[in-house]
Amino acid sequence: MQTEVKAFLRRHGLLAGFGLFLISVALSADAFLTPGNIFDVLRQVSITGVMAVGVTFVVITGRLDLSVGSLLTLLTVIVVDQHNTSGPAMAILITLAAGIGVGMFNGVLVGLVGLNALIVTLAMLSFLQGLVLFYSGGSNVNVQNAQTTWFAVFGRHDLLGVPVPALIFLVTAVIAAFVLNRTVFGRQVFAVGGNETASRFSGIASRWTVFWAYALSGLTTAIAAVIMGSRVMGAQNTIGQGYELTVLAGVILGGTSLLGGSGSIWRTVLGITMLGFIQNGLLLLGFPYYIQWLVTWAVIILAVWIDLGAKRGRILA
Amino acid sequence: MSATTSITKAGGHSSVTRLLMRNHIWVFLALTVVVFSASSPYFLTVNNLGNVLTQAAFIGILAIGMTMVMIDGEIDLSVGAILALASALAIGLQDHIGIWPAVFVGLLSGAALGFLNGTLVALSGMHSFIVTLGGLIGIRGLVFIYTGEDALMVSDFSYTDYPEIYLGPVSLTAMIFIALALFFQWVLSSTRHGRETYAIGDNIDAAHDAGINIKRHKIINFTLCGALAAVAGILLSMRLGTAEPNAGKVWELWTIIAVVLGGTRLQGGYGSMWMTIGGVLTLAVLRNGLRLLNTPNYVELMVMGTVLVLALLIDKLLSRQEA
Repeated sequence: MQTEVKAFLRRHGLLAGFGLFLISVALSADAFLTPGNIFDVLRQVSITGVMAVGVTFVVITGRLDLSVGSLLTLLTVIVVDQHNTSGPAMAILITLAAGIGVGMFNGVLVGLVGLNALIVTLAMLSFLQGLVLFYSGGSNVNVQNAQTTWFAVFGRHDLLGVPVPALIFLVTAVIAAFVLNRTVFGRQVFAVGGNETASRFSGIASRWTVFWAYALSGLTTAIAAVIMGSRVMGAQNTIGQGYELTVLAGVILGGTSLLGGSGSIWRTVLGITMLGFIQNGLLLLGFPYYIQWLVTWAVIILAVWIDLGAKRGRILA
Repeated sequence: MSATTSITKAGGHSSVTRLLMRNHIWVFLALTVVVFSASSPYFLTVNNLGNVLTQAAFIGILAIGMTMVMIDGEIDLSVGAILALASALAIGLQDHIGIWPAVFVGLLSGAALGFLNGTLVALSGMHSFIVTLGGLIGIRGLVFIYTGEDALMVSDFSYTDYPEIYLGPVSLTAMIFIALALFFQWVLSSTRHGRETYAIGDNIDAAHDAGINIKRHKIINFTLCGALAAVAGILLSMRLGTAEPNAGKVWELWTIIAVVLGGTRLQGGYGSMWMTIGGVLTLAVLRNGLRLLNTPNYVELMVMGTVLVLALLIDKLLSRQEA
């Protein structure tokens, strides 16, 4: 019995802690667990959530993608600007293509050439920020017919009472989970992250696996940019700044290891959603806004430490 | 000595080429200086070069600490936030407890947070990327809680006079940067802590088997890194006379870029302050030169990105040759 409880906590301790948090906030703030508030939180986390789904693939291969924040800015600027010049449908296509393109470029440098992922995507962060300023000329862009365009569907509308961005998040996550768990590519992603040399000896083209993981990360960032553009109906030159870190915080909180080889989509969804509910809950409890950052710090450290300690069998290294 | 020579000969390179290959960033730095000198009459003047040195000093001081941590095989993403907190404390407290006590508290906050980072890394065995990513978010939260959303201003303007102390064209800020860099180069090359830092980064298991106290050295380096970030923050607050809550945002990324550009490896075990000074100066010269040529801001960002990838490519090619 005791070992069963231990085993359960080891596997789902994060979930249990989160449940405890939800209940205690709900007891003190009536507005917390209402459908309206829950959907608001889901709407808020959908952008980082969709991005995190793609980044999870990269992290499971044992790499990082710090360029997604800048890429989100660039793609949001592109989708809004193209909406005015080429129409919504074309704008979305161009944005998706651009996202995949940048992802592939990262993939070439990290996967095929074999350069350090942290530095390459850091360089890309800077380069893309430059590209944003080049493209926009330094000014903000706005959707001209914001009231009438069907482009508003992605960020602002509800379907059957559920916010569309939350549905996009859900669908993206389900497809990604299928790809990761039920396809050859998904198994290869785990194999490469687990032991790259062994995966190569088993005949996996590990460089290309990494390449496609980055392409996926670019694709999900493009989907996030469509939601962002639709929700804001405009884009500033810094709109995605810092998103790479929030996304990574969510992925890590979910328990996907930075060393690669382990992780899952649903854990990332859980991590990102938890961050959203923690921030929302603290605000509803009346804490000052920036307290949530302190709590995020503590939660990341505790969650990862406990996870690591459980795997190792003792808390201290 | 003869052993070194024979190895050099076996490698097929003279010791000069070898030295240049190790410190290729200085070759690149010399090239950029030549190019900018030829293309802008304002570049190669004593005043401008003095300015470059001052501008380089802030990222430079962060980079010194980052180099120590990186040679250990770790990383510190929280330096930008620590810088902001130290700068806010140094300005915010000086009306209550006086300038120097406030500066001391600022320094202490940096050292304490660095110590916290190091202790968490050492005790938990977590990746320092995660620990300091958490720190980056949380410490920035502390800054905002302390300052609110507005910048703090100095009331006693004698505080802003200190960075205006010049020795010829070299500002006090730049002198502190150079002095710290030289001191920590000495620490790396001539002290037990320095040697063991390399040993840990190079092969942590071997270092452990050799009886090196890994946790202690890691905690020391993170503490140093935090304290140095606070030094940079205090110097910044002196220079600006204000402390903004967003000060130093994404500077951790520029710092990592500067250190890696210099040639210190993220994997640990390899690097030096000479390399880091080279990387820091190269970034500063690029930035300054491009501005003198009136290039728009976006070119600067794109050039930085490109240079970084090129540096990585060159490093890969060279290390393949050496091996």
